Order: sequence, then C-alpha cells, then structure tokens
Amino acid sequence: MNSITKILLTLMLVMGLAACKKDEVKDDTTTAPVVDKTVDTAVTTNAIDPRNHVDARNLDNPESLLSKRVIFFDYDQSTVRPEFRPVIAAHAQFIAANSSANVTLEGHADERGSREYNLALGERRGNSVNGLLSAQGARGSQVNVVSYGEERPICRETSDSCWGRNRRVEIVYTAH
Amino acid sequence: MNQYPHNQGNFFSQHLLRLCIGLLAVFLLAENALAKLEIEIVEGIVGAIPIAIVPLKWEATTPPPLTLPDTVIVDDLYRSGLFNPMPPEDIIEYPTTGEDIRFASWQALKNDYIVVGNITGDVVAGYEVSYELFDVHTQERLLAQTLPVKPGDLRYAAHRIADAVYERITGTPGAFATRIAYITATGTGDNIVFQLMIADADGFLPQAIATSPEPLLSPAWSPDGNKLAYVSFEKGNSAIYIQNILTGSRQLISSFKGINGAPSFSPDGNQLAVSLSKSGNSEIYLHQLGTQEFTRLTNHWGIDTEPVWGSNGRYIYFTSDRAGRPQIYRILSSGGSPERISWEGEYNARASVSVDSKQIAMVQGVKNRYRIAIQDLESNRLIVVSNGILDESPSFAPNGSMILYASKEDGKGVLLAVSVDGRVKQRLILSEGDVREPAWSPVIH
Repeated sequence: MNSITKILLTLMLVMGLAACKKDEVKDDTTTAPVVDKTVDTAVTTNAIDPRNHVDARNLDNPESLLSKRVIFFDYDQSTVRPEFRPVIAAHAQFIAANSSANVTLEGHADERGSREYNLALGERRGNSVNGLLSAQGARGSQVNVVSYGEERPICRETSDSCWGRNRRVEIVYTAH
Repeated sequence: MNQYPHNQGNFFSQHLLRLCIGLLAVFLLAENALAKLEIEIVEGIVGAIPIAIVPLKWEATTPPPLTLPDTVIVDDLYRSGLFNPMPPEDIIEYPTTGEDIRFASWQALKNDYIVVGNITGDVVAGYEVSYELFDVHTQERLLAQTLPVKPGDLRYAAHRIADAVYERITGTPGAFATRIAYITATGTGDNIVFQLMIADADGFLPQAIATSPEPLLSPAWSPDGNKLAYVSFEKGNSAIYIQNILTGSRQLISSFKGINGAPSFSPDGNQLAVSLSKSGNSEIYLHQLGTQEFTRLTNHWGIDTEPVWGSNGRYIYFTSDRAGRPQIYRILSSGGSPERISWEGEYNARASVSVDSKQIAMVQGVKNRYRIAIQDLESNRLIVVSNGILDESPSFAPNGSMILYASKEDGKGVLLAVSVDGRVKQRLILSEGDVREPAWSPVIH
C-alpha cells in the first residue's frame, strides 16, 4: 500500500508539474518514470526485490514468498489450498530459472488414524505440490518427494491447531 | 511382588557371601531390564475363576531370582481377565505336591483350582520345574508336568505353565509364552531416538533390536517368530528390512523410489506383502522372498496400503481410499478385484486378522475419535472394544483372546491390551517416551 501511495503521489506530482509546463510535457512524462525506475533498481540491487523469484537471496528474505516453504493441508486432503498457490508458483519460478536447484518435498500428516495410511497421505500431499511445481516449469529431476507420514510432527499436542500445523509439505532446498 | 520376603531374607543372609559377584550383576541387570514396562489392569471382570497358585518351593541349590516363577504365573492369569488368582499374601499353607493339599482349607478360601510344585537344580546347569493342577472341588488332578528349564529361562517356563493351566481350564490355548514387538521414540527434536523393541508378552525383558535417529515403523513377525520385517528411514527414505532376532543379521528387502512400507509375512513365510509407490501411487505388491520379484496386486489411483494376510493365505486385507475415505478391502492373493469389507464408520484402516480368519480388528474413526473395532467376517457384526481418542495399530493375540493396540494418554504413546469382548483391559507402560505399533508374535514352539 505504502509504495503504491508513493508512486501515485509521484505520478500526481509529475502530472501536476507537466500541467504547469505544457510545452515540456513529452520530456517530463518520459523522464519522471525513468527517475523512478533508477530509484527502483537501486533498491533491488541493494535490498533485493522480494518479488524477484529467481534470485536465490530471496530464499532467506522474509519479505519474499520464496522464504515461505511450508504448505498446509486440510484433514485427509491433499489438494493445495488457494492461499498457498502463489508460494508454490514462486518456488516453481525459482526452480525453473535455476537449473542447479534441487528440492525435496517432505510430506507429513497429523497423528490421527493409522501410520502407514498417513505415510501414503503425506506422499500424496508431496505429489500435489510436485504437480504444481512441474506444471510451472520445474523439471522432474529437480524435485524429490519423501513422505514421513505422522512420524515427524512439528507440534506434539493433541489439538486441532496442532494437527493443522502437522499436515504439511515442507519445501527443502538441497541445492540452489 | 515378592510373596515370601521372610523366606527369601533368610536365604540371602545364609548365602549372600557365597554368591558370585558376576551372578549378582546378572540378576541386577535382569531386574533393571524388567523395570521398563509395567502392567496395570485398567478394567477387570467380575466372575473371574478363583485359583490359588501356591509358591513353588525353591529347592534349587543356588539363590532364586528376585521375581519368582509363581509370581509370573499369578500375573499372567490375572492379566487374562478370566482368572482371579488368590493374593499371595493371603496364602498360609504351602503344599508342594498333591498329597500335601488339604482341599477343605482351599475350598473354605473359595478357590476352584490350585497349583502346587517345586523347583530344583541350579543357576548354572539349569532347573527342573514340577507342578500339578487340581480341581479343588473334585480333588481331581488335571495336570502334572516337569519342565527342564535352561538358566535364565525361568520366566519363560512360568509363562508356559500359565499357558498350560489356562488351556486346561478354559479350553483355549494360552498366549503367555509369546512375545511382542513395538516401536519406541524417546527424546525430541534432533535428539529423538527410535527403537524397535521386543519383549515378553507381559512387557518384561524388553530388548532393542534396532536403534535409529530416523523413524522406524510397522514391525511384522515372521510365522516362525524368528524374524521381524520393518520399515526404517535410516537412508532418508523409507526402506523395508527383515531382521533375524536370534542372530541380528539383517537384509534390505526394498528401497524403491517413493514409499516402501507396511510389510506382512504370508502364513507360509515365503512371501512378503508390501505397499510401494514406485509407480507414483501406493499399491499393494507381493514379494517372493529370496528373489528380486515384486508382483503388483492392486491398480488404482487411490491409496492402497497396510496389506495383511488372512491365516490361510487366500486373502490379503488392505486399506484403500478408492471410495473417497479409507476403508478395509480384501483381494485374493492370486489377484483379482478387491472387495470392500468395512461399511460402518467414515474411516477404517490398518486391519489385523484373527488366527482363524473369522474376525478383523481395525482402527475406526468416527467424528474425530479413533478407536479399535472388531468386525465378524461372517455376520459383519461390529463391536468397538477401545474407548480412547487416538487408538491405533491393533494386533490380535495368537490365541485370538486379546488385542494389543497403541493409544495416547496425557500426550504419551502407550500400549493397551483388551479382551476381544472389550471387557478386560490392561495398560503396558514404558517409563519414558512414546510406545507405539505393537505386534503380537505367533506362538513360538
């Protein structure tokens, strides 16, 4: 929001100036965005554009979707929820652009029900994420799916919220 | 536990100095190992058969172990829920043979049966345990046996006596002289340690047969009781191993891409049913042991896993979500179309088949509650025998009398055993960490 407001203010200012100096309209309207762009690139080279999903530095940038590497699932489901699609798309972009990148998708389930079924469920979740990654350019050789079922919980309480945190796929970069 | 401390105290004061320190160390180690699992009866039944197990007279020339065989017999019979053994402290007469029994006294104490006997030999050469079982009312001798016992096998001998007494009185073979396998997880985070354990069926004498920082799961006994198949993540992905519990030697069976899980030995011990996802989706395969062959048995986009053989080898029962949610199906081990078995409840998984193939036990999930249910395969009648929230991994006792399963209590994995009618329940507690995935061994001959 903040940056959009800034851009709008800049544009309004430029347009205002342009309105004042009618004969120089062409020059002003072209130079103003150029000035803005140089500011932008200065920002990306120093602090990284979080929306740049091919830059490895964004893997550790909390502002970037690339830093988000856990996808959560509904109970006994392996369909990726809509809110996680942009995260997976960002990783797909990165993996597609970096041929040396390799990821392991670790599939997990909550503790309810039987262990071997949960192992299969964890794999199916990993496969769902893998499907989206490869549909968006990741090569099969770059992605490996491993299911741990319910054996590696991140939360050990018996509660809905805890189960929700355990039903997940973790995107683990083994090379980038 | 110790029913005649007075006698034992005398014995120790007389013989302690003569005790070889090495032997003492062995006893102490053994007793420490015993302390790992304790048993607690959760619910018993009214009307259990009253029986007096008179302490077997210790006539061996070396000191007795801290837990005497008669204590083990008392505990076994009590745990079965069918017997109500007389509390050892209430016993005031100590006959050792049938001739010494004053039946009137035991009738007055309201016992239906009585066991008497003695133990001779020594800790080096081994023992002889003699016992007799009598009907207190008819004074008929129902059993008389002398068992040669190797040093260190006194507990096992006691379990065998309990089996014989149980069978003579109830008509059903006992399952006390059997073992259980289970997985433990201790520690958290990076310090977590998984162990594949085996122990006597009463939880005593636990020993680790595999230890790993990565998950271990799904132990399954070979029909001869000498081997265990299990899943290990030690290589980063799941892999199936078969380990000989006598020699410790181990064989890698499968480590394909994807899941290698849920091993189950065929009744003849020649094949292993497994779940593999090398095709991209988990399917049931049969593996001929000693070959590299894996024959695919199911073919469906749904999850097919947890295969388990029926006792005659004709059918394989498995879990599949081909109808949307997991349910139990069965397929001929020779191949064919799967047939759905479970119909009640939104979630049914992880079948265990009774030895006579007449019943299956499974995990049944209904509205966020997972309990153990038993389905009669002829009538399809279903009873829920556990009352936890997260009960799983049912395993039939080899005599079909009880089911061992895992549950979670106060955030900790525990093992419970319940009689197939759901009336008698016992808890086996490990002192630390999670206990899970019990598998009851076949009867070991």
